[in-house]
Amino acid sequence: MSDMTTHHGGAAASIAIRDNYLAMARRKQMYGGILLVIFIAMMASGFHLADSRNAGGFWNGISQVFEFPSEVLTEGAAKAANLPGLLAEFLPSLIETLNIAAVSTFIGAVFGTILALLSTRGLARWPRLIPLFRRMMDGMRAIPEIVIALVLIFILGGGPVPAMIAIAFHTTGALGKLFSEVAENADLKPVEGLSSVGASWIQKMWLGVIPQVAPNWLSYALLRFEINIRASAILGFVGSGGIGHDLRLAMQWGQGKYDQVVAIFILLFVTIVFFDQLSSHYRNRMVKGR
Amino acid sequence: MTSTDTAPLAASNLQLIVLKGFNRKQVTAFAVPAVILLYLTYVFFAFDIYGIAARARLDNAAILVSDFWSHKTHVTRDNRINEVTVAIEGENKGTYPEGMLPDWVTMVDGVTRIDLDKGHEVIFDADGARYMVPGYGVVDISPQAGKLSLVLPDGGVPDWINASDTRVAVTTEQGRFSYTRNRTEVFKYQAGWELFFFTLDSPFYGKSFVELVQLATIGERIDPARSNISAMADGFWTNAMWRHGDVAWALFETVLMAFLGTMGAAMIAFPLAFFAATNFTPSRPILFTLRRIFDFLRGVDGLIWTIILSRAFGPGPMTGALAILLTDTGTFGKTFSEALENIDAKQVEGVQSTGASRMQQARFGVIPQVTPVFLSQVLYYFESNTRSATVIGAIVGGGIGLLLTQAISTQKDWEEVSYYIILIVLMVMAMDTLSGWLRSRLIGRTGHP
Repeated sequence: MSDMTTHHGGAAASIAIRDNYLAMARRKQMYGGILLVIFIAMMASGFHLADSRNAGGFWNGISQVFEFPSEVLTEGAAKAANLPGLLAEFLPSLIETLNIAAVSTFIGAVFGTILALLSTRGLARWPRLIPLFRRMMDGMRAIPEIVIALVLIFILGGGPVPAMIAIAFHTTGALGKLFSEVAENADLKPVEGLSSVGASWIQKMWLGVIPQVAPNWLSYALLRFEINIRASAILGFVGSGGIGHDLRLAMQWGQGKYDQVVAIFILLFVTIVFFDQLSSHYRNRMVKGR
Repeated sequence: MTSTDTAPLAASNLQLIVLKGFNRKQVTAFAVPAVILLYLTYVFFAFDIYGIAARARLDNAAILVSDFWSHKTHVTRDNRINEVTVAIEGENKGTYPEGMLPDWVTMVDGVTRIDLDKGHEVIFDADGARYMVPGYGVVDISPQAGKLSLVLPDGGVPDWINASDTRVAVTTEQGRFSYTRNRTEVFKYQAGWELFFFTLDSPFYGKSFVELVQLATIGERIDPARSNISAMADGFWTNAMWRHGDVAWALFETVLMAFLGTMGAAMIAFPLAFFAATNFTPSRPILFTLRRIFDFLRGVDGLIWTIILSRAFGPGPMTGALAILLTDTGTFGKTFSEALENIDAKQVEGVQSTGASRMQQARFGVIPQVTPVFLSQVLYYFESNTRSATVIGAIVGGGIGLLLTQAISTQKDWEEVSYYIILIVLMVMAMDTLSGWLRSRLIGRTGHP
């Protein structure tokens, strides 16, 4: 449209513009419609396929959705007296889950910082190696935590350490990418000032870049911590360590230990909501100004 | 003006404030690292890192690494019935059929010769077994009166031979050998993943790439009923050892879970987000209720949803998709409504000034503003859910996550584990690329949400 020049309001020109515009609008609408049809077809066929490959059907299951929760809740309510004791009993596992998340976020943030600075244009220590460090982070992000965790359980045995390493590995890649995006927008003037007084690369980064990006980086790290709590719980369930592991044991036992299941559900729910609120509160404060 | 009178006072006040600030900064500069260090020390003991280092099974790591790039073939002699079988990875489906042997094994008149390369050779016969180790000599084992008699070149037993009355085991860099009364066994390690393309019963087994191309294009039909190329594709797809067909289905199932879950959640959250945004909601109670529902969905977390849903729907991809859908409905509901609250009101006013109705205002004033944000979030979650679907698959019993956990829990098929790991990483990278491409096509280049 920009190549259209509107001269002194020639009627023919404006009609041409209008026709062109309408044609374009129709074409856009048609493309949108085609995309929508393809999308709906994909959703519908995907739904059917998933339904046919599932052990229990969707419509069959939807009527039973509340059976298990009500079963669990009934037993939990019947044994409500046990609940405070059970909550206290599972508290150490919960703390272990939180520790896994916290340490892996910390380790991931430290290594993510290094990788991010090494792969940011204008800041990198060895500019030629930027693509190498970027690919490294891509690779670290691509490997799902469960893969590393299960392999490490085979080598290191059970416990919290495999999950911690697995989450830290993934976090390094994920935070490295986000950190690098933030650092790209950092003002280079402090860095230049520091180079003019002969600062080393580490000094330039520590004194010139980190103070600028710290609020955004901390906010990403907090968000990651919240994600990692969930990851640590789920890895415990599949692998070992923390409250996820206890949950699996209680679930395997089945009926009779549903009061434990209820206690673990409550602990997990409260923790996740708490850290979710905490992290969004502090993120707002850090990014949008105090 | 009193400013001149209070100036010295203000200056000293300012100095005090600045000094206080410096002090506080100094304290934090030491306190923060100290607290972190303390915490890490606590975790060091809580996680028993020292004990882990002692308990680490480096032999398991060695098995893993060697299986990653090599496979082993078992040559086993059942000493009770004098029968020798050769099987890849010792599996039934990798057993060489009657009359077919790898070129390093020969069987003549009940004497089996196994060539382990570099001069290492093992011979099984009716008297027992001998292992020729170059530079050392012959390890000769024969059963005598219910015991094993072991004859070595010079009296002492080196540390790579483990011998007792009932069992002799020899480990060299060329392979492993063990002898018990019931069976004699040799493991030979070779590089590569054996039988990756065709199993032993396939007519295409052991053919070179050039031969295969010839067969596929101009060669005579091996099976007259169908072309060689379709027979090859079928042989590869239904390979009993690697189950490529099943694996491809599992990968597809994993992506399907992520797709259905993410898109379904976006479709549900999109209309609801309008009711949960302060500037669009028709009533505060609805807004409040919706927000609490979103918080609840997110707070219960994928793990618990997965467990609850797998009870109702049984194992399979639908369960995983629904678990992702529920969690992400909460996430999208929250982020979409936040995006709606942050829109630029001027565009809406502009549309309103032309006399547009409320629906038209939403369609032409709001949707164009929020679509890029929504799309980029949905694509980002689609990509990250592909990873989550691997874990969720391991719980609900669907997709590649299930295959991976099964292969790991048997603790022997490590080459399959490495195959799955490579495929998972490729799948995630492909999704990463796809979502990046879609993002740039649909909304132009923008950063992550």
